[in-house]
Amino acid sequence: MDPYLALILVGFLPSEVWRWLGIVLGRGLDENAEIVLWVRAVATALIAGVVARIVVIPPGALAGVPLSVRLVALGGGFVAFLLIRRSAFAGVLAGEALLIAGALAFGA
Amino acid sequence: MSDPATPAAGTATEAFVHGIRVALTSVFAFVIVFTYIGYGALAHDYGFSVGWAMLSTVLQWAGPAQVILVTGLGPGAIVVETAIAVALSSVRLLPIVVALLPIVRREDTRAWQLLIPVHFMAVSVWVEAMRHAPALPRAHRISFCNGVGLALLSLGTVFTAVGYYLQAALPALFGAAAMFITPISFLTSTARNARLLLEKAALGLGLAIAPALAFSGIGFDLLWTGVIAGTLAYGLHRLRRRGAAS
Repeated sequence: MDPYLALILVGFLPSEVWRWLGIVLGRGLDENAEIVLWVRAVATALIAGVVARIVVIPPGALAGVPLSVRLVALGGGFVAFLLIRRSAFAGVLAGEALLIAGALAFGA
Repeated sequence: MSDPATPAAGTATEAFVHGIRVALTSVFAFVIVFTYIGYGALAHDYGFSVGWAMLSTVLQWAGPAQVILVTGLGPGAIVVETAIAVALSSVRLLPIVVALLPIVRREDTRAWQLLIPVHFMAVSVWVEAMRHAPALPRAHRISFCNGVGLALLSLGTVFTAVGYYLQAALPALFGAAAMFITPISFLTSTARNARLLLEKAALGLGLAIAPALAFSGIGFDLLWTGVIAGTLAYGLHRLRRRGAAS
């Protein structure tokens, strides 16, 4: 398949269709409706699912880093976030530092 | 990184510019740069052209799905399976759009007018929009989101090219570190935004059950994670509210 055609059919449409469906399903909903609260919970849980999935079943190069290092980097980054003024940036930097240090120490 | 002060955002243009400023001072400016350098290098590894790689960032704008596309389109790939994998990995885009629209849309906003704004929606833009848009006048919230989205998407596209050309010069660990920035930034930024028990419970339950569902071999495990953990969290929220009322 031509790579640009594949980009449209296999890359763009399967992602974009969720955004379009969101317009349709989000139509006419009130900000304070119960269903919107439920959807917000589902969105948050799905994001958590993406987090867990990438760490536990990593794609590509991340698979070369041992599972224990990935878990410690995620947990350590989260603790740094909690301790350092709930700064997402601090959590990201700490998590990355732990991942790189762990990968260097225990083999990437 | 500190937050820019909320301006009056008296006009749509001011709200749009405020959105750009919020985006560029957000943790996600750093995250997107790092992520897309990694993505550009990956696209180079897999033999795609730089134009294709940049266009995939513009059109898909969903990091994990882009990685699946690039690694799944190789010779002998089963195209339908790759398309399904891309769709399943992007399911989160549906609830984030549904949760955001009631906050930013006006009564007179037509569906077609939302096609471009929702295209910008990704977890990064959503997190910043949910955090800042409620403080702005409703009339300009979509302009604000467009500013955040356009700034981050542009950054992602430019740094896709940077990563593409830097590929040979990047240290061996760079690819792994770039892939790890998605989970750690999603986790900390979502936790930062989680003020209600509803959101905290959804985050904790999602983290707890996602690995079990992923390893169980059940299909659509991400989708199930969202529905099960999200519904449990909503149930807890209802219980607590009832407890508080009685």
